[in-house]
Amino acid sequence: MMSADNVIEAQGLTKRYDGVAVVKAISFSVARGEIFGLLGPNGAGKTTTILMLLGLSDISEGQARVLGHDPVREPLAVKRRVGYLPDQVGFYDNLSAADNLRYTARLMGIERDEREEKIAASLDHVGLHDVADHAVQTFSRGMRQRLGLAEILMKDAQIAILDEPTSGLDPQATAELLQIIRNLKTRNVSVLLSSHLLDRVQSICDRVALFNKGEIALLGTVGELGQQVLGIGYYVDLEAEGAGALEKLKSLPGVRSVEPAGPNHVRIYAERDVRSDAAAAVIAAGGRLLRLSVETASLDLIYNRYFENAAGARHAA
Amino acid sequence: MQREGSALRGLGVVFLKELSDHFVSIRMRVLEWIIVLLGLLAVFNAIQQVKETTAEDPFLFLKLFTTAREGLPFTFVSFLSILVPLIAIGMSFDSINGEHNRRTLSRILAQPIYRDALLFGKFLAALFTLSVCFVALWLLVIGLGLYVLGLPPSSEELVRALIFLFVTIAYAGVWLALGMLFSIVFRSAATAVLVSLGLWLFLSLIWPTFAPYLAVAASPSSDEETLILTAQYMARLSPSNLYAEVVVAILNPTTRSLGPIYLSQLQGAVLGAPMPLGESLMIAWPQIVGLVAGTILLFVLGYVIFQRQEVRA
Repeated sequence: MMSADNVIEAQGLTKRYDGVAVVKAISFSVARGEIFGLLGPNGAGKTTTILMLLGLSDISEGQARVLGHDPVREPLAVKRRVGYLPDQVGFYDNLSAADNLRYTARLMGIERDEREEKIAASLDHVGLHDVADHAVQTFSRGMRQRLGLAEILMKDAQIAILDEPTSGLDPQATAELLQIIRNLKTRNVSVLLSSHLLDRVQSICDRVALFNKGEIALLGTVGELGQQVLGIGYYVDLEAEGAGALEKLKSLPGVRSVEPAGPNHVRIYAERDVRSDAAAAVIAAGGRLLRLSVETASLDLIYNRYFENAAGARHAA
Repeated sequence: MQREGSALRGLGVVFLKELSDHFVSIRMRVLEWIIVLLGLLAVFNAIQQVKETTAEDPFLFLKLFTTAREGLPFTFVSFLSILVPLIAIGMSFDSINGEHNRRTLSRILAQPIYRDALLFGKFLAALFTLSVCFVALWLLVIGLGLYVLGLPPSSEELVRALIFLFVTIAYAGVWLALGMLFSIVFRSAATAVLVSLGLWLFLSLIWPTFAPYLAVAASPSSDEETLILTAQYMARLSPSNLYAEVVVAILNPTTRSLGPIYLSQLQGAVLGAPMPLGESLMIAWPQIVGLVAGTILLFVLGYVIFQRQEVRA
């Protein structure tokens, strides 16, 4: 039974090619309005998982529900409500951006009277309105990715599935694309994105599943994973005047350690976001708060540490 | 397992898009001009020959399709038997692998359509484009014949010419389905076109030559009649051979048989007298069915492979 809050649920999802499992009994769910990351190296099984969810690849074992529909039995119902941006999205180069969207709009079954309006609005949203009539062959990779997102917007999709959306983009194009993805969330669109570039997508994902060799190795918020793997989820940088104040920080609940990082500057390693408690403690001790910021552990660090630990455990065994 | 919705949802959209692509593509323009120019050249030569040699012939118009000027090896029909496979393969060799290579396949199939619609749409659009091309060429030949010969075709000639047109479209369908099959099997368009052309050369030129030797090798102790029939059956595996036989039966009304003629068949026959249309059609019927069946068989084979293929590039 699918939870009402979840738009995607996968249970024991398995894919085998010639008897070899490339996705091994994975289970996860994506909540409404959530940005969920399927992260991991190339060949880990991310794209295969996505294709199974879209009904574009058979499911060998297990089951999936997308917006309450079975992608195997009801692929059209799923595809009507889900937008998909493939890895290195392709368009018909000889056609203009608007013509490419016109074709897919007709495949989507969008009525003629609202088609042009939707095309114009979606191209405007991704910043391609000025080049709507230009042939796609003149577009950069970043522009093609944005055109792919325009297609999802035109569809009024409830879920956007984005496969390696930032791969091959320069930092500027990446930042623009990530901003458009954030905007999808504000439209209450749930986003499932895959990437092997952990650091690039860490900032926008509410939760992530870290893939390794067809299995989900870790699943949760970045803070939770940091806590699980590194023993710490958050780094709080605090600068304050008043030496006594900094001493009190060690006793705050959830704080693992406090290490000096400079004059009147400490870094707090904590299980949770302790900024409000730390600020209160400094002020209660008569100190003066100069700076307070929080960072989560990096996914790269979590991922590498996880596999170092796993390798160490195998050696020990 | 029952799938929801119609398998052909979106067929019309794919069909129209592909049709538009074909009509504006440079490749199609070049192929059309080649077929029209060479076809008209053959007809022009046929007209010269017909004007010089024919006094009274009830099937004068049909001679436009089958007669060559002395010294020239090609008739209009033989031009078509070579060019139709080329143009059909040229239109289909990259129909599916092109979508893979452009990385548009997964994006298009992520829209609410089944793969069936994409495959049918592409095939029907290509076949329709070829049909338009052949109908235009057919009308040109008839018009040219009317203008130069100054005679209208008889109703039987017109029906025979229409059957010839239909058979030419079916012949194109076989090569179109073959090209599409290889475009599904091979991800590289170059491989697909080379294998398609290689198979065309083999079936059109090499296979008919080798069929008699293979017949002897298959049954060395058989009598001559059995060997001839076996060789003929084997040669009919080639669509070009089937097409040639149909053309002979339909456009040459005096044709009494497409195989060996027995004395019993000649009993009471007036030699050189034309067969009625129905009889000619009966003679060519197995070959016509063979061409249509070949098209369907190759398309179904491609369809099954495409349905089982992974979408990812």
